[in-house]
Amino acid sequence: MISFQELKRSLLVSLWFVFLTFPLMVIKVDPIERIVSWRWENAVFVAIGSFVVSMLVRVFFVQKQRRRERLAAGTLVEREPLIQVILREPRYLYPLVAAVALFALLFPFLFSTYQTNIMITALMYVVLGLGLNIVVGLAGLLDLGYVAFYAVGAYTYALLNLHFDLGFWLVLPIGAMMAALFGVMLGFPVLRLRGDYLAIVTLGFGEIIRLILENWNEFSRGPSGIANISRPGFFGVEMSLESAILYLYYLMMALVVITIFVVNRLQDSRIGRAWIALREDEIACQAMGIDKTKTKLTAFALGATWAGMVGVVFAAKTTFINPASFTFMESAIILCIVVLGGMGSILGVIIGALVLILLPEYLRAFSDYRMLAFGAVLVTMMIFRPQGIIANVRRTYRFEKKQAE
Amino acid sequence: MSTPVLQVTGLSMDFGGIHAMSELDLDVQAGEIVALIGPNGAGKTTFFNCVTGIYNPTAGDILLQPPDGKPVRLNGLKPNKVTEQGMARTFQNIRLFSNMTVLENVMIGRHCRTRSYIAGAVFRNRNTRREEQESVDKSYAILEKIGLAEMVNEFAKNLPYGAQRRLEIGRALATEPFLLLLDEPAAGMNPQETQDLDELITRIRNEGHSILLIEHDMKLVMSLSDRIFVMDYGRKIAQGSPQEVSANPDVIKAYLGEDGDA
Repeated sequence: MISFQELKRSLLVSLWFVFLTFPLMVIKVDPIERIVSWRWENAVFVAIGSFVVSMLVRVFFVQKQRRRERLAAGTLVEREPLIQVILREPRYLYPLVAAVALFALLFPFLFSTYQTNIMITALMYVVLGLGLNIVVGLAGLLDLGYVAFYAVGAYTYALLNLHFDLGFWLVLPIGAMMAALFGVMLGFPVLRLRGDYLAIVTLGFGEIIRLILENWNEFSRGPSGIANISRPGFFGVEMSLESAILYLYYLMMALVVITIFVVNRLQDSRIGRAWIALREDEIACQAMGIDKTKTKLTAFALGATWAGMVGVVFAAKTTFINPASFTFMESAIILCIVVLGGMGSILGVIIGALVLILLPEYLRAFSDYRMLAFGAVLVTMMIFRPQGIIANVRRTYRFEKKQAE
Repeated sequence: MSTPVLQVTGLSMDFGGIHAMSELDLDVQAGEIVALIGPNGAGKTTFFNCVTGIYNPTAGDILLQPPDGKPVRLNGLKPNKVTEQGMARTFQNIRLFSNMTVLENVMIGRHCRTRSYIAGAVFRNRNTRREEQESVDKSYAILEKIGLAEMVNEFAKNLPYGAQRRLEIGRALATEPFLLLLDEPAAGMNPQETQDLDELITRIRNEGHSILLIEHDMKLVMSLSDRIFVMDYGRKIAQGSPQEVSANPDVIKAYLGEDGDA
């Protein structure tokens, strides 16, 4: 199955890795004692480790190749992935959804407040991911400054709460609208841009918002941030910290459900199709009578709306915000959620968000290696599953129509 | 004499110092099939891009006469507005939405004839549902007409080449045009596919569409067209019936070179 040639190549790869990691793994200099110790055993570990990984990758590709050949030869029929079968068949899907819903409802009672808090964060990223998915996954506009809208939402609530004492429920729609407004503001100048250029401009936009918040002290109180933001109210009932977290959890859960519902409807609609057409071919899309300007601006505005809402929730959850929460890293993580989960796939984005937010929390024991693992996961995904955890399937079944005979 | 559905006068397009097209006059009468031919680089596609709003022409007038209504000047209109007026086009190098299904590709053409927006999409009220179903039905009917009904749910990128070309025509038809611009619809087709295309275009014309096409396949052009315009170096060098044009010495010179030493 694996030829001698392949073995030789893997051997070379492992030698190369030994060489690369030599200064880090083998040589250890103690500058005080002036001793150099040679840890040769580490070189052996690196060699064996990289050899095994390299062989595994080779075996994977060989099998993939053979599978493709057998598919082409017709001796193997391509099976629909299990997950797509589950999604399509109501008799599998409904019980599964019910089970997940039940688990989600009972979650705060099964686990500690700490766990609930982490889950709230994860749910926030689910909504952020789904919002960015409209812009990146559907409309194909690479937005690296998405966190700006998140910041707009958070600061809208913080400032209105600070100066006018407005409550959470009143500001939630205001924050969403402010973010949508900023979405349109960003949308106008970048209407003509695509791909790399768009990415750079959106990146700049995100940084501009952050720098304004950081430096305009009179407006945003600069890096010291805004503290004592009110938690969400519930008909004026006083709540303990624990019940406030519980309340926030269910609130976030509701927001997730609403987001899923709306995004799902949107992507199956006339405007959703226009977004996808825009992603596929801009010129053809216009020639088919789609207003490019309007379609792009709607994508930016609707994507930003969700970020704005989550921003308000974020400010209410932490009761303190400062510009450090809205760095480029946040944009990058949200983008990773979308790409890792599967562009354009709602379920994929949800799973992506849960994995990327929850895993690092539970891997705190290995916190030194967290970023390393994060990077490794992304690289591995891009090699083995570039379409994301769950690839988006265009609803090839949805338009099934009676035979017009 | 019928009325012209498309009347182009003195159309010029410069790219910097390059005159891609100068002083071009062209007209399409209602129910006519008109061909625009010329050697490579003669400016035919530039002409299409000017007429459909992808380029803004330097000079000249483009007048479109819808069957019911006032004539519209197309200069400077955006491509989507031009399509809304009732003139749709296909592309020389296929520009389908490859990751969408065949049916969805045609449904995109329905976009400018439907209205539902965000609220409609989210609440999916009765109007939206009816509009959506209507889009599906009409798109499906078009697919049956162009012979792609079997492939409704295939991805556009998985279609054979000839079918992709037909799908482009179907997508353009979905915008309910009265004038159809086809940019080299037979490029890369085998004789059988060209034959089918010939029949399809004739059928579309018989349903009341006017057609303007760019084509290199002379057999197809000669058998289909009512009139032919010939371009070379951005200028019109001849016009007339297929017989007149094929006998025109300027045309022969443009295609074969002077003294036949090409």
